[in-house]
Amino acid sequence: MTTIIETKNLTKKYGDVTGVDDISLSVEEGEFVTLLGPSGCGKSTLLRMLGGFEEPTQGRIMLAGCDVTDVPPSKRAVNMVFQDYALFPHLSAGKNVGYGLRVSGMAKREVIAKSREALALVGLEDRFDAAPHMLSGGQRQRVALARAIVRRPRVLLLDEPLSALDANLREQMQIELKHLHTKVGLTFILVTHDQTEALTMSDRVIVMRNGKIVQSGSPQDLYENPRTGYVAGFIGNTNLFRSRVETEAGKSVITCFGQPLAAPEKSASLSGHDALFGFRPEKAALVSNTEQPRQNTLRGTLADVLYHGKSARLVVDLGPERFVVDVPISDVSGVSGLPQVGDPVALNIEPHNIMVLEDEVTG
Amino acid sequence: MTQIAQERATPLPRKAAVQAERLSWMLGITAILGFLYLPIAVLVTFSFNTSRSLTWPMSGLTLDWYKKLASNDQLIDAFFNSVYVATSATSLTLIIGVPAAIALDRIDFPGKGLFRKLILLPIALPGIITGISMLILFRAIGFNLSLEAVIVGHATALLAVVVTQVYARLQRLPPSLAEASADLGASGLQTFFWVTLPNIRTAVIGSGMLAFTLSFDEIPVTFFLTGRDNTLPMYIWSTMRRGLTPEINAIGSLIVLMSAILIFLSVMLLRDKTKPKK
Repeated sequence: MTTIIETKNLTKKYGDVTGVDDISLSVEEGEFVTLLGPSGCGKSTLLRMLGGFEEPTQGRIMLAGCDVTDVPPSKRAVNMVFQDYALFPHLSAGKNVGYGLRVSGMAKREVIAKSREALALVGLEDRFDAAPHMLSGGQRQRVALARAIVRRPRVLLLDEPLSALDANLREQMQIELKHLHTKVGLTFILVTHDQTEALTMSDRVIVMRNGKIVQSGSPQDLYENPRTGYVAGFIGNTNLFRSRVETEAGKSVITCFGQPLAAPEKSASLSGHDALFGFRPEKAALVSNTEQPRQNTLRGTLADVLYHGKSARLVVDLGPERFVVDVPISDVSGVSGLPQVGDPVALNIEPHNIMVLEDEVTG
Repeated sequence: MTQIAQERATPLPRKAAVQAERLSWMLGITAILGFLYLPIAVLVTFSFNTSRSLTWPMSGLTLDWYKKLASNDQLIDAFFNSVYVATSATSLTLIIGVPAAIALDRIDFPGKGLFRKLILLPIALPGIITGISMLILFRAIGFNLSLEAVIVGHATALLAVVVTQVYARLQRLPPSLAEASADLGASGLQTFFWVTLPNIRTAVIGSGMLAFTLSFDEIPVTFFLTGRDNTLPMYIWSTMRRGLTPEINAIGSLIVLMSAILIFLSVMLLRDKTKPKK
């Protein structure tokens, strides 16, 4: 694997505000990387700097080993899919796709052949002559994709490409984008605020916040080993609590809102210190409350049941905080097998399912 | 019996009220249209009158006045002078105005707000002021009073028309279009001719037509800046001092016809093919 695009200490400041703060990252050839973060975290600015639309205040951008920091967008071997697609309204779908080839001086016949090929790749070969306003949102999205990949860029940049589509279409396009990535073998860098999108499509997710990278890793890695409370809360759901790690009779113990739990092994070194802990909703099990008190159990009151088909999300009131727990719905007893709202419930959490998270200033 | 009569009676006045309302609307609209077009209708009608006097009823129909026009060299010269001035002034304003509007829209520079207001100022100034000040300037730098001086004078006043119209359209154009064009490898000029211009085309043509019309019938600035050459409105005005002639009616009718053709052309050109038809 070779590095295709790389940033070195890339910084963008708008007056006193720092949009992108000293980011160094490198992307391998053929990788599907997603920049994930809430709006204003600097992910779009970073992407626009890669495309050449924003000038970095500091730092360099290397593309295939060459410094392209000062190269204008028209001379960079990267292409962008814009959030609003930016299709030229006065040109047909086919001519939109062929635009980048035409400006490079390619013969007309070849331009048409290549644009047809690119449109076929996104399943729109029969809409060559359609004007953009005659196309549906999903079709416009595909034309924008075809237009960006027809020039075979070294890197394809996608700025929230699915945000304008409705939920069903978005899911379908996620799969198609993933397929397209495999089919054309280009490097994709996608920006999104939607964690599902990031988890489904990417080889690697880079979580950003306040212009900095918080954590970077495979979707599975990020889900299972979030480094900070922020990542844990942003990717999937996490029940968070803070506790001091104490040693009682040779065992590490933590307390979750007053209820004792066996501490995970990873926290052994933190003995005597405060730390942030969390567990995923599906990692807790509902146990019958009538049983004798047992270890690793939290007791609370069922506040709400959200039906999700094969599972149900239980909202459990623990006094100061509400936790969510996903439990499977058995085929035999169905929803009626679940406790009623207002019932006391007990949750079993095994210590190895408790994550130890780094503290982070929230705000 | 009375009850039935009442039930029947109520819907009737209502219908009448609706009809009365409709009638009053029609009358109002007719009045407005009359206010706008009656003078023009009178002008056109009298241009076919055999008698010199403008009295009703007309004495007979004739095309004599139009024949007279065709042999009036002074008037024909004035007409072509006006076409020359209006065409040149319009071209000049477009060549300066469109890039100026793009600069205003896309580039940030110090004093941009002031620049925008200064460009708009000449349209608010009375033509007589523009005329006098340009006269003084041209005298001072030794630029001869001529049709060319008139062209420059018109262009200054009309620049505001073009810049406002084109700038307003550019503001509605997503900036991502130009970015996408650059992203796909187009140079600044290619982007302008292949993406920006086609998308502001209607504003450019529309403001150009308006500029042409305004320049074509302009008197105050022309009055100060023209040398020996006359433009059509100036010629009409000077002839009028010797009394209203049916010949003037004939020219007027021809100008109305020309305007109608221009309007038709602009409607045809401005028809937006990219808009969905409903």
